[in-house]
Amino acid sequence: MNNFLSKIKSRKILVFPYVFWILGFTVVPLILIVIYGLTDKNGVLTFENITSMGTYEHMKALILSLLLSLISTLICLLLAYPLALILKKRGAGAGRFIVFIFVLPMWMNFLLRTLAWQTLLEKNGIINGILSLFTLPGIAVINTNYAIILGMVYNFLPFMVLPIYNVLVKIDDNVVNAARDLGASRRQTFFHILLPLSIPGIVSGITMVFVPALTTFVISNILGGAKILLIGNVIEQEFTRGSGWHLGAGLSLVMMVFIFISMALIAKYDSQEGRTF
Amino acid sequence: MKIGILKRLEKIFGDFYLALILIFLYAPILVMVVLSFNSSKSRTRWGGFTWQWYTQLFSSSMIMDAFKNTVIIALLSSIIASIIGTAAAIALNDMKKLPKSMLMGATSIPMLNADIVTGISLMLAFISFGISLGFKTVLVSHITFNIPYVILSVLPKLKKTSRYTYEAALDLGAGPLKAFFAVVFPDIFPGILSGFLLAFTMSLDDFIITHFTKGAGINTLSTLIYSEVRKGIKPSMYALSSIIFLVVLILLLITNFAPNINKVHKNTKIKGMR
Amino acid sequence: MGRTLIDLIHIEKSFDGEMVIDDLNLSIPENAFLTLLGPSGCGKTTTLRIIGGFERADKGKVVFDGEDISDVPPNKRNLNTVFQKYALFPHMNIAENIAFGLKIKNKSKAYIDDKVKYALKLVNLDGYENRDVDSLSGGQQQRIAIARAIVNEPKVLLLDEPLGALDLKLRQDMQYELIRLKNELGITFIYVTHDQEEALTMSDTIVVMNQGYIQQMGTPEQIYNEPNCAFVADFIGESNIIPAVMVKDELVEIFGARFACVDRGFGNNKPVDAVIRPEDIDLVEPEKGTLVGRVTHVIFKGVHYEMEVTTPDGYEWLVHSTDLSPVGKEVGITVDPFDIQIMNKPVSEDEEAIGVNE
Repeated sequence: MNNFLSKIKSRKILVFPYVFWILGFTVVPLILIVIYGLTDKNGVLTFENITSMGTYEHMKALILSLLLSLISTLICLLLAYPLALILKKRGAGAGRFIVFIFVLPMWMNFLLRTLAWQTLLEKNGIINGILSLFTLPGIAVINTNYAIILGMVYNFLPFMVLPIYNVLVKIDDNVVNAARDLGASRRQTFFHILLPLSIPGIVSGITMVFVPALTTFVISNILGGAKILLIGNVIEQEFTRGSGWHLGAGLSLVMMVFIFISMALIAKYDSQEGRTF
Repeated sequence: MKIGILKRLEKIFGDFYLALILIFLYAPILVMVVLSFNSSKSRTRWGGFTWQWYTQLFSSSMIMDAFKNTVIIALLSSIIASIIGTAAAIALNDMKKLPKSMLMGATSIPMLNADIVTGISLMLAFISFGISLGFKTVLVSHITFNIPYVILSVLPKLKKTSRYTYEAALDLGAGPLKAFFAVVFPDIFPGILSGFLLAFTMSLDDFIITHFTKGAGINTLSTLIYSEVRKGIKPSMYALSSIIFLVVLILLLITNFAPNINKVHKNTKIKGMR
Repeated sequence: MGRTLIDLIHIEKSFDGEMVIDDLNLSIPENAFLTLLGPSGCGKTTTLRIIGGFERADKGKVVFDGEDISDVPPNKRNLNTVFQKYALFPHMNIAENIAFGLKIKNKSKAYIDDKVKYALKLVNLDGYENRDVDSLSGGQQQRIAIARAIVNEPKVLLLDEPLGALDLKLRQDMQYELIRLKNELGITFIYVTHDQEEALTMSDTIVVMNQGYIQQMGTPEQIYNEPNCAFVADFIGESNIIPAVMVKDELVEIFGARFACVDRGFGNNKPVDAVIRPEDIDLVEPEKGTLVGRVTHVIFKGVHYEMEVTTPDGYEWLVHSTDLSPVGKEVGITVDPFDIQIMNKPVSEDEEAIGVNE
């Protein structure tokens, strides 16, 4: 009894509910994906669900997903970095502003926000309406890959801006001044000092954009019409339309392994290049 | 004076760029607000101004039920996650390196993993153990992805809290529990609050995990909207979103005068809804 | 002193409408060790940043070696800075940090290696090339920051409170180190600090600043022994600043007692302030004193005793002495004539802030 009481005092007992929770709702479910992915309907061990990623249509969906998510990640990075730099230069008040403008839209349901882009992009939509006012030719991006990229950039841009901004504001202004003092031009200061120092933020931004973009099925559904299948759509359909749970779990498993490998690679790169943080 | 002009140009360019990003972020929201007043059901034609979608909103039991579910799930899941997460963070802060890093690794799984995989894995787990999908499975799933936000918000605060204040409270005769609530809790409360707010936001905006774990009988706003995508969204949904947006805007404007709450998001990685 | 190297002419600078530097004129001779000294917010760091090119003055110009450099960006100025808290590049090792400026100038690898080695030797850190910044102590990081600046062979080294983050013992060691470096390099040092002892120890010229003005400029001896106003007297070391009346040249009356002094030209029977350093007051037998008081407080400070002597008029004299006079003892006060410094009373608060250049 005494022993037990001293254990309470050591506070470690407080972690127990969480450990149970992790085991029950994170670890066990992941194990189940592995089990489902490696068995067929009769519970017999098989690698068919895994190898089916190699079939033409699955491969096509995976490659398209990779392509679109890589492009959107790159665009997010190119948009977010200057934005974060501008906000850093604006000083302390900018931090509050940035939270304000990026968190606020999240309270408007993201499906509705994405649907609103449909309204904006449609053939008779608002953007084309505005363009025709100026007798400019209309755009036809709805239900194309371009619309999907736009949807990804729109939804995931905040997750690139915030981590980059957070590392940039932590860089001492005098470190930048020191580079200038030692003869570096603005360009040289950027490439030799700011960029290398912000790599940790860039890396976490990339992971936070790339993973959801790679696995989305909603954005492609709403902005790509029903015609364009990404790997997320394929998996979702196995679960909601068909009864291909084993196949779906197998494909998820492949995707998950893929994500964790790329994450590990990034983390390794991170620890080599960004030893500053 | 060359430097002065350059600086001004830079500022103008910066303002211009910020404005473009703002337009990009808020154009869809403006569209929705406008649509909520459009008497035509078409999403692309303006049929005149009307309040009817706002009045119809309160008589649409489908929307009101989904709204109620969304808020209750968000509230319950973020409260429970705050309790479990804070307790875990306190213990983690005391732990040795190896078990701590193992647990932190497990904590990051739901944050790093794709939502679709998290959703599917939870669904498979519920069904495998014979738990029928419904309100409680959605709640459990939301708690699962909310706990990491709380832990990651509270841990940095705990690290900054001096253990000496806790020991001083013990020294002055307080019991461990009393000492905790008297000196440690006030210190880490901003962290708990920010974790709670973050969890609440994430829960409110979640679609994918809810989609896989909700079963047939229940809808949140997200899943209701998704089911309407093909047949067309009821304009009352725009009305509801506009009301929510306005309320949050006002709340944020108010809290902006209370600086502490906004530190929240700086310490925490935010993961998006997919 | 040598010819003028840097000239600050009618410099003005304000931030958010608040005047930080007001019409500042300063000539810095070549090869000086010049210290800008003052309390925080006096404009000393801003002055340094204007010289370095990190701030641009609202009005006035900076002339360097006869050339107006007001609009020249920091990377084109032939001077280097040692920053507060060092500002080393955290993602580079020590050698890369020191080599940064030379690499930017596309020097050859052999030249850079040579220079890095030489600079590390100069700051007594040979063999540290491949260490990480994090693995160094504060004092070592400080030396690296200096090495990183001087390998570029600047004509002027700007130092912005470089010793502020170090502990006392290290700070004293670094003071001697900096003097040695200055002599070895033979370049101009412009040093910013709020620590008067640091300023007195190292500089050959001290510029005391307050509220954006220069209060007094002179050698350490001049600043310490002949402060031109109450602010300088009070800021540099401890002093007794006592209301007095100048009876005539070389005679001053303090609390009814007459003291011989060496100042002239204040007129007759004119109210003035007398400044007397605590260590310049001699405590003697009461009957031998010019004034008589009672010891009311004693603290042992190690090198000396710090005593408070209260005279009948209620003034508390601060006295430093190696001889102890215990509390309650009646003592006489005497001061040698050349230890009394006479100052005009400030007419208004405004005038108190305006200094006279010597």
